[in-house]
Amino acid sequence: MADTATSRTPLHARHVALGARLVPFAGYELPVQYASIVAEHQAVRQAAGLFDVSHMGEFLVSGPGAAAFLARAVPGDVLGMDVGKAIYTQFCNAAGGVVDDLLIYRLADHYLLVVNASNIAKDWEHLQSLSPPADATLIDASEKTALLALQGPRAAALLQPLADMDLSALKAFRLAQGQVAGRDAIVARTGYTGEDGFEIVLSGDDAGAVWDALVAAGATPCGLGARDTLRLEAGLPLYGHEWDDATSPVAAGFGWTIKSGAEYLGKAALARQIRDGTPLKLVGLRLLGKAPAREGYEVLRDAHVIGRVASGAPSPTLGHPIATAFVPADVAVGDRLTVRIRTIEAPAEVVKLPFYRRSRS
Amino acid sequence: MKFSKSHEYLADDGTVGISRYAAEQLGDVVYVELPEPGRTFAQGEEFGVVESVKAVSSLYAPVAGTVVASNAELQEHPEYVNQDPYGKGWLLKFEIADPAQVSALLDEATYQSEVATH
Repeated sequence: MADTATSRTPLHARHVALGARLVPFAGYELPVQYASIVAEHQAVRQAAGLFDVSHMGEFLVSGPGAAAFLARAVPGDVLGMDVGKAIYTQFCNAAGGVVDDLLIYRLADHYLLVVNASNIAKDWEHLQSLSPPADATLIDASEKTALLALQGPRAAALLQPLADMDLSALKAFRLAQGQVAGRDAIVARTGYTGEDGFEIVLSGDDAGAVWDALVAAGATPCGLGARDTLRLEAGLPLYGHEWDDATSPVAAGFGWTIKSGAEYLGKAALARQIRDGTPLKLVGLRLLGKAPAREGYEVLRDAHVIGRVASGAPSPTLGHPIATAFVPADVAVGDRLTVRIRTIEAPAEVVKLPFYRRSRS
Repeated sequence: MKFSKSHEYLADDGTVGISRYAAEQLGDVVYVELPEPGRTFAQGEEFGVVESVKAVSSLYAPVAGTVVASNAELQEHPEYVNQDPYGKGWLLKFEIADPAQVSALLDEATYQSEVATH
């Protein structure tokens, strides 16, 4: 997004000292890369990478009415969450479009919502528009909360000596509260890279010490550039690309995250879409040439434009360009399409999402 | 060697490429698209693109001229642009139409001081 960077995360001085290229994003000045997007990407696929994602928003929802209120806000199964559980879900509007996607973590006495930085104000207004009851308290803790993501096959081995909780007992989409490098933290086995890993929520005041300890333990600092190629390979949607206020989780292939039996905003529209399908759906494209397809490029079938690229990049893991695109629902895996890249029509094959799935050993 | 404000260099023998500063700013170059020999370009006209993981950047002719060769090795090894922008990472050999345009380009010291202030 084109905006003026005004805010800095608590780790800004470290990013500068590491020689990061800093770019404005969602009102923050953030590292897009330190030395090389490809090297950082590979560090996450092969070892462990560390991301400062403190720009993301954190809302706290507490009180006796918290669960019932959140159940009105998301199609994920909030009411089925035990303490220590995390879910990936969305805020939807009445038409089923995605206001934002988010993680909800259930802690002992409140729910923690982690939302996209660019949507903090919009999400807050959206929640207010749902008229929170008197017995639910909402707090925007985004400013004082830091968030680190430690991702990769070596993440657990690297984090365990620094953490006072047993990480082998912490399964995917579970969280624990304790200490990391002597600082209070919430450690969740979640992420946005397609690898095993952890997201660590802590006070901004403690972020520097924990960052330093993780880097000293061998984690490679990684920027937003690698975060984007990693999430794209892993088939994870990004607000503004794979979905937005006019695009539903069903069209983006995330109908499986719609689980709630409660009455939430957008339920009727989403139920209709699950039953009838959507005119456009998200597919994966493998480009057969070397030129990367990029966001907004036209997708063609038999020389007719049938859709557009949602996200596109060279895949460091696969070694060829990949893209997601919205196309008519009759397009199937294995179909040959083309993508208009400047003056050429570049051949592409429709492939299953995700492009990359880690091997589980 | 002379430089354009859009970060292309032009060597005395007509070799065109992008400056080391530009290559570093781009990050990992993954794809380069260059014109065929015989094409002519006006000064400042777009002659190709260089793509990093993150972005597509246009390449502009530092002076008017005709392409006499383009670096086909970059199809297999786009990383040469990062590794050796003034050597193996060259882009085009250019037949310069008007030598007066060359002398109007930035000399190396001026170019380096311009990018240092950014």
